Order: sequence, then C-alpha cells, then structure tokens
Amino acid sequence: MANYKKFFVLDVYRRIYLVREFELRAIEERRRGLIPGFIHSCVGEEATAVGACLALHQDDVITSTHRGHGHLLAKGGDPKYMMAELAARSSGYCKGRGGSLHIADFDLGILGANGIVGGGIPAAVGAALAFSLRKEKRVALSFFGDGATNQGSFHEAANMAGLWKLPVIFFCENNLYGEGTPQSKQAPLCDLAKRAESFCFPGVIVDGNDPLAVYEATREAVERARAGEGPTFIEGKTYRFRGHYEGDPQVYRIPGELEEWQARDPIPTFRQRLIEQWSIAEDEIKQVEDSVQQQLNEAVAYASSAPIPQEEEALEGVYADIHGGKVF
Amino acid sequence: MREMTYAQAIREALAEEMRRDKNVFLMGEDIAIFEGAFGVTGNLWKEFGLERVRDTPISEAAIVGAGVGAAIMGKRPVVEIMFGDFLPVGMDQIVNQAAKARYMSGGKVSVPLTIRVTTGATGAAAGHHSQSFEGWLIGIPGLKIAVPASPEDAKGLLKTAIRGEDPVIFFEHKRLYGMRGAVPEGDFTIPFGKARLVRRGKDVTLIGISGMVPTCLEAAEELQREGVDAEVIDPRTLVPLDRDLILESAVKTGRVVVVQEAHSRGGAAAEIAALIAEHAMDWMNAPILRVGARNVPIPYSPVLEQEVLPGKEDIIAAVRKLF
Ligand SMILES: Cc1ncc(C[n+]2csc(CCOP(=O)(O)OP(=O)(O)O)c2C)c(N)n1
Ligand SMILES: [Mg+2]
Repeated sequence: MANYKKFFVLDVYRRIYLVREFELRAIEERRRGLIPGFIHSCVGEEATAVGACLALHQDDVITSTHRGHGHLLAKGGDPKYMMAELAARSSGYCKGRGGSLHIADFDLGILGANGIVGGGIPAAVGAALAFSLRKEKRVALSFFGDGATNQGSFHEAANMAGLWKLPVIFFCENNLYGEGTPQSKQAPLCDLAKRAESFCFPGVIVDGNDPLAVYEATREAVERARAGEGPTFIEGKTYRFRGHYEGDPQVYRIPGELEEWQARDPIPTFRQRLIEQWSIAEDEIKQVEDSVQQQLNEAVAYASSAPIPQEEEALEGVYADIHGGKVF
Repeated sequence: MREMTYAQAIREALAEEMRRDKNVFLMGEDIAIFEGAFGVTGNLWKEFGLERVRDTPISEAAIVGAGVGAAIMGKRPVVEIMFGDFLPVGMDQIVNQAAKARYMSGGKVSVPLTIRVTTGATGAAAGHHSQSFEGWLIGIPGLKIAVPASPEDAKGLLKTAIRGEDPVIFFEHKRLYGMRGAVPEGDFTIPFGKARLVRRGKDVTLIGISGMVPTCLEAAEELQREGVDAEVIDPRTLVPLDRDLILESAVKTGRVVVVQEAHSRGGAAAEIAALIAEHAMDWMNAPILRVGARNVPIPYSPVLEQEVLPGKEDIIAAVRKLF
C-alpha cells in the first residue's frame, strides 16, 4: 500500500464517518417523523462509496441506486440539501419531489439515485459516450448492487461499453443480498467481477470495507478509462448491517453472518488504523468526528426549518417548454 | 360469512389453485423465504416448496418471459412483479410476446400466464414506486386486465385468471392489502367482464377503478348528505369490460364520473368515458367527467403527492359540476 499522508487518511476517515453518521441521523429523523418516505441505508458499506469517489474528479459523473446516500455524500453532496430532500422540503436537492430514491445534483456530477434496480447503469454508459464523442478526459462511474447484475440493463450496457471501449467504471457493491434473497440464490457465481470477462474488460475484486483498497482499484480503473483503454468492472465485497429498508424484519439473514461482518466494520477498523499505522492522536480523530457531528446538527436543523413545498408547485416543470400549471 | 383481508384472499386463491392443479407455480422476487415484499405469498413456500414458490433474480424481463415460455409448454405460472413501476422492465415480454402468441400463431398456442403486480401510491414513495399502469395495458389486444377492489373479488378473479387460457395482468392495489371483507367459503370464481354494482343510486354514476372504489363509496356517502344519490360501479376487469352494466347505469342516471388513480391522460377512465359517449350520449344530462391523477410524475412530498393524486374531494367536486 502506498505511503499515504496523514491529512489524506484523516480526510478519508472523515468521509466514511460522515456517511455512517448521516445514515444514523436519517434513520433517527425518520423515526421522529421528519422524513416521510422509506430509506435504504448503506450502514456497513461506506468504504465502497467513499473509496471509489475519491478517485474521481469533480467533473466526472456517477449514477447511483436506491442505496445512494453514501455515493452522493462521497461525490460531494451537501448533507444539508440531502437531509432537506429526505424531509421533502422545497430547498432539498429535488425540491422535495424526489426523496431518497431520486436525489441528484448535476453540478456535482451526481446523475441521480434510482428507484429502479439497474436503472442507472445505461445512463452512465451514455455519459461516457458523450465524453468520448467530445474527446473529453472525463469518466463515468456507475454504482449498483449484486442484484442489479441480473438485470438486462446491466448486461446490455456493459456489452456496449466493452464494444466501444468507453470511459466507464462499473462499480458493483456486492453486499451478499438483493433485498431478502441471498446473492448465492440469485446468480450461479459469487465473484461477480467474472462477469466482465464476457465483455472483454478487466474485472477486479476488492475488499469493499477498506476505503484505501477501493480507492486504489478505482484509481487504476479511472486511469485506464482516461487513457482510452475502456471500462473496468470493480466488485467491492461488503455487507449491509441494517435491513434492506428501515423496518425490514430481516428474517433471511444467515445466523452469525452479521456479527462476522461487524467485526470488520469499516469505520472502527479504519479508525484503529489511523492510530496504529499513521500514529494519529485520539484527540485529532475526535476533532474530526465532532466537526462531522456539528455538520449533521446543522443539516438536521436546516431540514427541519426548510420550507414545505406549496401545493401549486406540484404541476410545474414536467416539460421544458410547456409552462407550469398548463399541464393537463 | 368469514372475513379476511385482500392479501389473505389472494394468498388463499394461490394456495387453492396450487393444490388443485400441479401445473400452477409461482415465481418472483423475494416471494419465498422473504414471504413477499408485501407479505402476500407469506408462508406458501412451506407448503409447496421452493420449486413451486420460486425466488428469482432481479430480472423482470426474464421473469415474465420465462412465464410466457413455461405457459406455452403447459404450465400455469403465476409470476409476481413487486411494483407496477417495474412492469416496464419486462414490457417487451408482456406486450410483444405474451399478448401476441395466440393470435399471431393463428391460434395454435395459449399463454395461460398470470402476472400479479402491485399498483398505486401508498404515500411518499415517489415516482418509481407509486404508479398505476393499467390504462397503459388496456390498449394491447391479447392481454386481460383485472383490477379487483375487494377481498372476495381478488380471490374469485385470481382463480379465474389462473384457470383461464390467456395472459392476465392482475393489478393488486397496495392500499387495499389490509382491507377486510367477507369472502365465501369453498371454491368459487368470479367471471371476467362482469362489473359489480357496489352501491345503488339514481342521480349520478361513479365508476371507480381499483383503489378508487372505496374512495368513490366515501364520496357517495358524503354526497348523500347533500341529497345526491350516487351509484357506484366497480368494473373489476377492464379487459374484458362489462359494457352492459356501465351503459345501463349511465342511461339510468344520465350523469357519469369515471375515477382512476392513474394519470388521467390516456387511461381506462378515458376509454370508459368514450364508450358512454359513443353509446349513451342521448341519455346524458351533463358531460362525462374523468377524475384521475394530475399529469405529472408522482412526487415524494406528501403535500405535492396529495395535490397530484385524486381523492374524495376531487370526486365530490366533479359531481357538483354536473348539477
Ligand atoms: C426493476 C426493479 N426490480 C425490483 C426492485 C425492488 N428492489 C429494490 S432494491 C432491490 C434489491 C437490490 O439488490 P442489489 O442490487 O444487490 O442492491 P442492494 O439493495 O443490496 O444494495 C429490489 C429487488 C426495484 N426497485 N426495481
Ligand atoms: Mg445487494
């Protein structure tokens, strides 16, 4: 592993900690009634989102999923506007129209969460096609789950990207489940990176709970993409600690599995490494954590006092050129 | 008569049909061990095993398409698509394969496939988990479309769907899953193409589709207090459609409001309104009105969602316009 500077690893920690704590706040705020819709939390899977996005530039783009809060935060999403969106407020990222499943910020290269499994993958290929047509050195990265690799949309998009050698990265977060069904009951292989072989681009497996390992694998894929060498499939092996959605009774979990993975929880594991490998003082870590907590307090306060959409806004903006309420 | 929920009635129909005919089997996402995203299939996997209550990968095109192929080979698959919003992922298989097989083969083949799918909005689920697509599919010859709105109808119509020879899209409204109602004992079926007279009235006809049937009833109760006696009709199946009962009621009351949760443009309500216009215009005392969702994607914000979705007040307002 490369010799990372202290400020870099501390920043990586700040990012994964932010994702974790954002999720816990969102869950809490949903319980308290601030957030009306459902949440698919990525608790346990912070390292894939953060590691992958660290390897991207601001003008690179991502597509995300129903489990997208981590991706969005990692790509620079502001917790304030995210929380406001989850709270269905006018100043949220999508004016309260989208909620968790639709959050997007095109200025940050976040092409959107998605309520449709596999729904965002072709669009990432299309974004890469646009970059390639314009001879820009930008890349697109599509996050999706293990379950999404069973969709036609994935296979069609990956084939096209392989054929045209587009600057796109297929980032599969294999958390061993698609909703309530184990990955092993959904596909005849467990190493999903092997799927890349049939599209003639590299497929790599990485420890999805280690943000630096994810970062390195993604950086390599990004370099390949920028050099015009085409796509890469990265499979981050990880695990989701909470239900598929908040409220999921989780009857399907294999006994002992959760505990096994919790022993490799990306947050405390990386925190410990900061102390042992980089000799970072406890105080310094605590300071980072406090600043994240502060940021989240502000996000929740912002969301709580943000304006609620007005009824008449409902009919605005379905089309570019048909004015507001004139939609019948 | 015993009571049960709409979800239980559906589960009972599935269980009874599986016991009755070994060719009936279920497949869909999370329908076995997870017991269904809405708990409808429940513990059926325990009685029938994981071969006949089959969890699938997240692959709507293949779920529907494999259903088509298995049906052609003589099985009676009942496939589940978790949300109506995901039907489009399997749309080619529905529209170009399932719906066309019989006619385009010169009648040589049947596709006895039932596609169970949830429909409608339940609140703050936003644009990918709230849509109602029945009106989209009524324009595809070869498909039958069921929209049950009571436990009894759900059970009886599902049995008819499973025993029939044609592909059926069976829309189950998520808001109705917990609805309780009387369901007869023993084996019974309800034929397609027979509407249900839910409430007798003489001043205006409310035709409600799927989740809008209970809403029409509520509106009717309130209208009664204003002295308007509303008849409520539930078509139960949109293809085939019970033209007789609809036209009879329209002729009797001379005023009709057709109510659907789907976007009002191009839907089943438009079709029914056109039917009445074509055949009963001379008896109409007022324009035939549609009530449906405003033509924008279903927003997440509860305030906006309520503005977009039709409700009791919209029905009452429409009725008032007719007098
Ligand atoms: C087309 C489609 N089918 C089914 C669903 C329902 N659904 C939402 S998430 C999910 C599981 C997805 O599994 P995976 O891709 O592994 O992502 P994970 O939830 O594990 O992050 C399912 C089945 C959906 N949203 N869209
Ligand atoms: Mg998964």
